[in-house]
Amino acid sequence: MSDQPAKIGDNWPNLIGKRLPRVDAVEKVNGDAKYAGDFNMAGQLWMKILRSPYPHAKIISIDASKALALPGVKEVVTGKDFNGWSWGWGPTTRDETPLADEKVRYFAEAVAAVAAEDEETAEEACALIDVVYEELPGIFDAEEAMKDGAPQVHDYVDNNISWDFHMDYGDVEEGFAEADLVREDRFETGRTLTGFLEPPAAVAQYDTSGITIHAAKQSPYFIYRQLASCFKLPLSKVRVIQPYVGGGFGGTKNDSTAGDFCAVMLAKKTKRPVKFVYNMEEVLTTCRRRHNMIVDCKMGMKKDGTITAVQTKVIADGGAFTAIGPLTMYLTGIMTTLPYKLKHYKHDAYRIFTNHPVSAAMRGHGVTHTRFAAEIQMEKMADELGIDPVEVRMINAIEAPHETINGITVDTCGLKEGLEIVSSSSAWKDKDQNKKDGPVVRGVGISGTSHLGGARQRGHQSCAAIVRLCEDGTVNYLTGASDAGQGSDTVLVQLVAEELGLTMEDVSIQRVDTAVTPVDNGSYGSRVTILAGQAAQKAAQEVKRQLAEAAAKIWQVEADKILFNDRTVFVDGDPDKSMPFKKLTQIACYSETGAVIMGKGYSEYGLEKMDFEKGYGNPGVNYSFTSQLSAVDVDIETGMVSAKDFLIAHDCGRPLHPVNVEAQTQGAASQGLGQALYEHFQMRNGHTMNSTMVNYMMPLSTEHPDFELHDIITDDPHGPFGAKEASEGSIISTPPSIVSAIHDATGIWFTKLPVTPEKIVLALKEKKEREAALQKENE
Amino acid sequence: MEKITCNFTVNGKAEEVSLNPNRTLLHMLREDLLFHGVREGCSHGECGSCNVILDGKLVNACLILAVEADGMEILTVEGMAEGEDLHPIQQAFVDESGMQCGACTTGMILSTKNLLDANPDPSREEIKDALAGNFCRCTGYAKIFESVEAAAETMKGRYEKGSVA
Repeated sequence: MSDQPAKIGDNWPNLIGKRLPRVDAVEKVNGDAKYAGDFNMAGQLWMKILRSPYPHAKIISIDASKALALPGVKEVVTGKDFNGWSWGWGPTTRDETPLADEKVRYFAEAVAAVAAEDEETAEEACALIDVVYEELPGIFDAEEAMKDGAPQVHDYVDNNISWDFHMDYGDVEEGFAEADLVREDRFETGRTLTGFLEPPAAVAQYDTSGITIHAAKQSPYFIYRQLASCFKLPLSKVRVIQPYVGGGFGGTKNDSTAGDFCAVMLAKKTKRPVKFVYNMEEVLTTCRRRHNMIVDCKMGMKKDGTITAVQTKVIADGGAFTAIGPLTMYLTGIMTTLPYKLKHYKHDAYRIFTNHPVSAAMRGHGVTHTRFAAEIQMEKMADELGIDPVEVRMINAIEAPHETINGITVDTCGLKEGLEIVSSSSAWKDKDQNKKDGPVVRGVGISGTSHLGGARQRGHQSCAAIVRLCEDGTVNYLTGASDAGQGSDTVLVQLVAEELGLTMEDVSIQRVDTAVTPVDNGSYGSRVTILAGQAAQKAAQEVKRQLAEAAAKIWQVEADKILFNDRTVFVDGDPDKSMPFKKLTQIACYSETGAVIMGKGYSEYGLEKMDFEKGYGNPGVNYSFTSQLSAVDVDIETGMVSAKDFLIAHDCGRPLHPVNVEAQTQGAASQGLGQALYEHFQMRNGHTMNSTMVNYMMPLSTEHPDFELHDIITDDPHGPFGAKEASEGSIISTPPSIVSAIHDATGIWFTKLPVTPEKIVLALKEKKEREAALQKENE
Repeated sequence: MEKITCNFTVNGKAEEVSLNPNRTLLHMLREDLLFHGVREGCSHGECGSCNVILDGKLVNACLILAVEADGMEILTVEGMAEGEDLHPIQQAFVDESGMQCGACTTGMILSTKNLLDANPDPSREEIKDALAGNFCRCTGYAKIFESVEAAAETMKGRYEKGSVA
């Protein structure tokens, strides 16, 4: 690759596609990386939050006098201090207040916050705040909550319907009439934890210059806007500084927390910096979770396996507030038309308020639920019609270019190629020989799924970048994008260095500081590489253009003849005319009265219109395709499932940083594994029963299968160097492939996630009894 | 609460700290001595992000009171590099990208040291077992296993010479 001549404007890559170390690796291994909780300010106070002991109750009174009398306590804030300000997704759904005001709507909702000289005193003071509640009947089941007469979580909607979203394309009745087989099944997906290891934390300051907050955020510009609104300050006076972020995965770290608002309010009142760090129990009981959903799925299929129509109805437990929920509902429907050809599709989604903690976005947002249902149902029906799981997917798989009935346009698609890779593996071809005769049975399953990259939503969408050339030939790169661990800082630096013909070491990335970096929507929906990446490229190209003009003057040639490669600048076709990048920088910066060279760039992908209400148009800039084979061992005596092999063929367009792409695929599959087999909050009357990492189980090292990964290169026209989504695909493909593998091992289709050992043992027992009864009948 | 004065040797340096008897080793290291490479995750001994080596043994610093470690030697991740040079385990995690968000990384590295000190040539299964107390949500562990294997490979010579730090 590198022996090809570099050309201006030519994207021939020198760094792209290379297995380079991460730019943040050294700080992360030597302990230097600073996270929000590592910051301490002179004179800082510690904050603790008092939380509700009831899932649904009126607040009659709050008396903080005893807490305020405790030595070391500086201030207490309650809901009244925020004067009714609330936040949420859209103008009609801003229903969440920083602290509960008139009533509490979920167990452990924040009610008051204390600032004290140290953490222990703040905690002690919380226990001294006297809150009188009047308990209200709670509602903990989404379907029950929709019934007339159910306790109402909010007064502004009827039947606890937080949001509904509908799609109707083609004519499903016509589609079902064409089918030889129609099935209706109910699927359920679990309420799961995002699972970041760094809890929410911040140090807030408030003075005449405004707010400064070091906060653990994967989308710092969300809290930037929310703090400005809450404290009635211009945006120019809200400074959110994003340190290293210890994992995000959507939800909580995209949003503000009660802690953020309270810390700022307490800083304002005490005129001292205020710090808080949530403990893991607060994370597990109060932070945003994945919606658990009921998905009623109806599918029509012809004898040859062709899908004729799909109809889905989703009932999602939204918990106590709206948060980002409307977007979740949109995503449950919009993406069901991929990756299989579909002429008729109808979708009705209902997000329901309950007295549970708030549900919001999580990796694979909205898509995991309905795709799981449709994948399993498709395979179940193929099974009934005697069609192989690979064949039914191949028959229905889309091919690029493709436009779905709801206007999603796909320009590249590696689904069929992926399915061929997984199905030509020996794990698939020899699966019947490898089955083993109990008690541990080997099962193998597959899936073929799709996800969007460069997520689009209503409102602000674009990314920007600023590249500042230092006079010694190094570069400061400013981005509003956040790396929560996924490796985007590395990829963005790669793109800047690639454009300028520099090395990774020459480019320093500055993490988000809203006073300095350009506004950006943050890390979600696999948008950073595509959108912030394009902005980075364009900003670097602008610097290159200015340098090329300086070089053109020196050598008396046209600027488009100037090439940049390997820290050297030279004239195309005239190798004698060359100089180090650093020297050209110095000439350009120091000649005449001097110059300051900066480039700015904006993303331009995904600007066309979309219809959010009807689910029409592109929800993303482009689309990835993931084919997966999962091999599991099922112990039919204990129901224990152990994942053995994951073979994943992923079409991310082109892996810009192959190591990160592999790591993202492995990490997302790991979360999918937890989601398939054991992750689920156990709720009882609004209380989270498994509220620690001891009893909310997530996959550990010993539970991981071996990974075999294949990249399918499709070079999408709508991503930098052809890139598409690489962070979420396998969280969607993993659960259906595991459930399909469990079916292969047990002969049972499980439809409710997670498929726990208990469910497997009970289902096998029922199956045995059914078979015995049948045998008896036949005798 | 009456404060107690304790003495520790942290990364080879003597430290005297006056602390409440209920202060955990984790909070003493993070809040009093500012070793932020010791991370706080679950605070229940489940996640391993606060792993340190105490008198040669791998421990979860969240489960030990600082006073229990009085007079003992503590190694945190900050004490692993040799001057400007990363420890070979740290270097292996850099080379193999054995981290994403970094919240578990420092604990993983100390856990790896604990493993390799006892078993310089571990199998993949032994690595999985040794890291079962270190939770990672980001990586799916594959690149961490590869980092440990790479570290074992580069440290082979060092163990043979008996010169491991």
